Amino acid sequence: MSLAYPPPPIAPSAVKNTASFIRIVALSAIAGCAIASRLFAVINFESIIHEFDPWFNYRATRVLASKGFYEFWNWFDPTAWYPLGRVVGGTIYPGLMATSGVIYNFLHSIHLPVDIRNVCVMLAPAFSGLTAWSTYMFTKEMKDESAGLLAAILIGIAPGYISRSVAGSYDNEAIAIFLLMFTFYLWIKALKHGSAFFGTLAALFYFYMVAAWGGYVFITNMIPLHALVLVLMGRYSSRLYVGYSSWYAIGTLASMQVPFVGFQPVTTSEHMAALGVFGLLQLVAFTELVRSHVSSKQFQTLLRTTVVSVGILGVFAIVIMTMKGWIAPWTGRFYSLWDTGYAKKHIPIIASVSEHQPTAWPSFFADLHMLVFIFPVGVLLCFQQLRDEHVFVIIYAIMASYFAGVMVRLMLTLTPVVCIAAAIAISTLLDTYMDPHEPEAVEAPAETAGASASQSGSGPTPSATITKKAGKQSAAKTGLFGIDTRLAVVFNTFFLLLIFVLHCTWTTSHAYSSPSVVLASRTADGSSAVIDDFREAYYWLRQNTPKDAVIMSWWDYGYQIAGMADRPTLVDNNTWNNTHIATVGKAFATSEEVAYPLLKRHDVSYVLVLLGSLIQYSGDDLNKFLWMIRIASGVWPDEVKEADFFSPRGEFRVDDGATKTMSESLMYKMSYYRFHELFPQGQAQDRVRQQKLPAVGPTLDCFDEAFTSENWIVRIYELKPDDELGRDHKSANAFAAGKKRKKGKIARRRFALE
Amino acid sequence: MPPKPSATPKPSASTNAFSSLWKAYQDETPARLKLIDAFLVFLMLSGIIQFVYCVLISSFPFNAFLAGFASCVGQFVLTASLRSQVNPLNQQEFKDVSPERAFADFALGSIVLHFFVFNFLG
Repeated sequence: MSLAYPPPPIAPSAVKNTASFIRIVALSAIAGCAIASRLFAVINFESIIHEFDPWFNYRATRVLASKGFYEFWNWFDPTAWYPLGRVVGGTIYPGLMATSGVIYNFLHSIHLPVDIRNVCVMLAPAFSGLTAWSTYMFTKEMKDESAGLLAAILIGIAPGYISRSVAGSYDNEAIAIFLLMFTFYLWIKALKHGSAFFGTLAALFYFYMVAAWGGYVFITNMIPLHALVLVLMGRYSSRLYVGYSSWYAIGTLASMQVPFVGFQPVTTSEHMAALGVFGLLQLVAFTELVRSHVSSKQFQTLLRTTVVSVGILGVFAIVIMTMKGWIAPWTGRFYSLWDTGYAKKHIPIIASVSEHQPTAWPSFFADLHMLVFIFPVGVLLCFQQLRDEHVFVIIYAIMASYFAGVMVRLMLTLTPVVCIAAAIAISTLLDTYMDPHEPEAVEAPAETAGASASQSGSGPTPSATITKKAGKQSAAKTGLFGIDTRLAVVFNTFFLLLIFVLHCTWTTSHAYSSPSVVLASRTADGSSAVIDDFREAYYWLRQNTPKDAVIMSWWDYGYQIAGMADRPTLVDNNTWNNTHIATVGKAFATSEEVAYPLLKRHDVSYVLVLLGSLIQYSGDDLNKFLWMIRIASGVWPDEVKEADFFSPRGEFRVDDGATKTMSESLMYKMSYYRFHELFPQGQAQDRVRQQKLPAVGPTLDCFDEAFTSENWIVRIYELKPDDELGRDHKSANAFAAGKKRKKGKIARRRFALE
Repeated sequence: MPPKPSATPKPSASTNAFSSLWKAYQDETPARLKLIDAFLVFLMLSGIIQFVYCVLISSFPFNAFLAGFASCVGQFVLTASLRSQVNPLNQQEFKDVSPERAFADFALGSIVLHFFVFNFLG
């Protein structure tokens, strides 16, 4: 057999040892890379919690760390959802907090007194290292160790996953992706070996995943789907039965221990697939058992009809129970994945979240770079081999691609399978082109040439198929000869991988590493300026208001106010009570006279609005105003009408063309109160909406401006106390301003007789 | 698992078939597996009784019912898994799992299951 280049003269045992040593070094380097590339935000800014949701997780973790687990478990938070309060223990997934609580206590027990904030900030990078490792283990089951290493480095730095796991993003996804991959790995192990041990472990990690993230439903449906497809393909084996049954029996019971999940695994439609496949497997197993005892044809038909009829009956039973309402139908959040227009029509609060929009093609490329092209090749290679575990990757790829296409946020679950499939593809390519063996004997008959080529490569390589195709012409000179072709392909792949690293680093540092609490901007000379209005305002609230002053704001800022300002809020990011949110929306969308009594009834002392008009911060409350109107009009269609806020030509305007409803709404007045004073007369300009504001700004009767931050981003208003003389605020203000009633209009005022 | 008489009505051929199946089962199954099968039947009966109680009388402490029923179902499938792992006919399929290993797996699975059962009884 001829060789393209001589293999290095090393003994096979030495090669083996060196390889395993290199693997360890590579894995630790990958973990280091994964952690290091998530630290941009901490190094550039500071070690704080980003975004909105993590602030609640952080607050809950602080309770856990300071008061212990039982206090946390039974924590009733009277400051959230002000009049109502929130049972925290029963409305969260406690896995994230429990994890950092355990780490915190462990570090303290070995006398490393780390602050809980730093544990929370660094949790996501630490777990991304574990994700890389578990992806390695998973891919190792699919192909071999070298593909595993490739997959590990790909997931370690892929921006699709980094976006949810930078340092400071203390969200459920931080640990969930590790748990997802590790549960899948254990499931594949359980399936391959038919071992109840791995099935039990998979159930335990499934339990951890259920405790950590609402996306556990993905696992609950992926594993049954895999099992079902295997049964339909005629690949049922006792190993499948052992793996699936042990996973389902233990995992379902375990998942019900999480208070937030409760009885859902037996009462909701999301979990019925798992139950159905469980029942089906029992049937199939029983059939197989009977078949092993008898071999008569008659029996097989008898049993087959029994299995099919019982299966159909089972499906009917589930359908009927859903119709009858014994099994809860799909919740809106999941249902909107299938019927993509559903959320917009019926639940505006789901549609209002920017992460719930469909994904555009550029964001696929930005998040996955070249992997998005190689991904289908990897899936194709899985089809070529098609062992039981490859079916899993194929299903996962199809399902996750669909979901990622429907919702930006689900790009996160797509990223692991893209990395795995791409790693399989790249590693197959490298296996083929780094293999020194050349196709044998050019003069040999075509059949043998083809056969030897396919033997020399691992698996049916492209060269082999080409050789076979060209087989008719004897002395086929196709195949991999010489070192130059090999080098060309290998170097090209290597080059692409390098570009991938560059792209990932660039995307991470530019797009995903900015804490939304602090806004970074650049001045003209290139030095960076930090806009810190949020914390300025929140700390003003913290230090200058009474401890029990209720703050009203739009729900986006609820968690941050509770976390940083430490004050009760009306609504927050946990949008469990739509009517309460609609109340806030109504208060913002109506005039002062309507809103003031409404706020009084809710004991509100301060109202907080965001305004980006001065420094072009586009995520301000006026841009979210339409959603407030929509959510409010869903509950009070008579009092809040969306059409009233548009000009006759259907435009949403804040300038002179603004409608009366718009310019009298509380949100408009609060945003632009005294705003025109910043500009020369008549030149007030809104830099976000690019419109010229009216020369005379709005006046406020029932509210006092309490605080406005440096760049006018956060504005806080205080509710005026009731007038001492019992007048309404409008006439009291008019009197104070010295406005007389017009002459000759001495009122015949009419009051009802008491 | 012993063949339970199926409810599907079939002509005389099937009664004949069932008796021959029963005979084949008696002849071919080792004593160890028969012991496991007896346990499986017991678990099945226990589960059925609980279910009937739940349907006829009350499902009021629903978590207690679920815990008891899931303990039966879970123990049933774990035992059935053990049965198929130690079944000499399946030796081809379970190359990595020796009968002793299968028993240890079974013990571990049952312990974990019952830990959750007791936690869930409430």
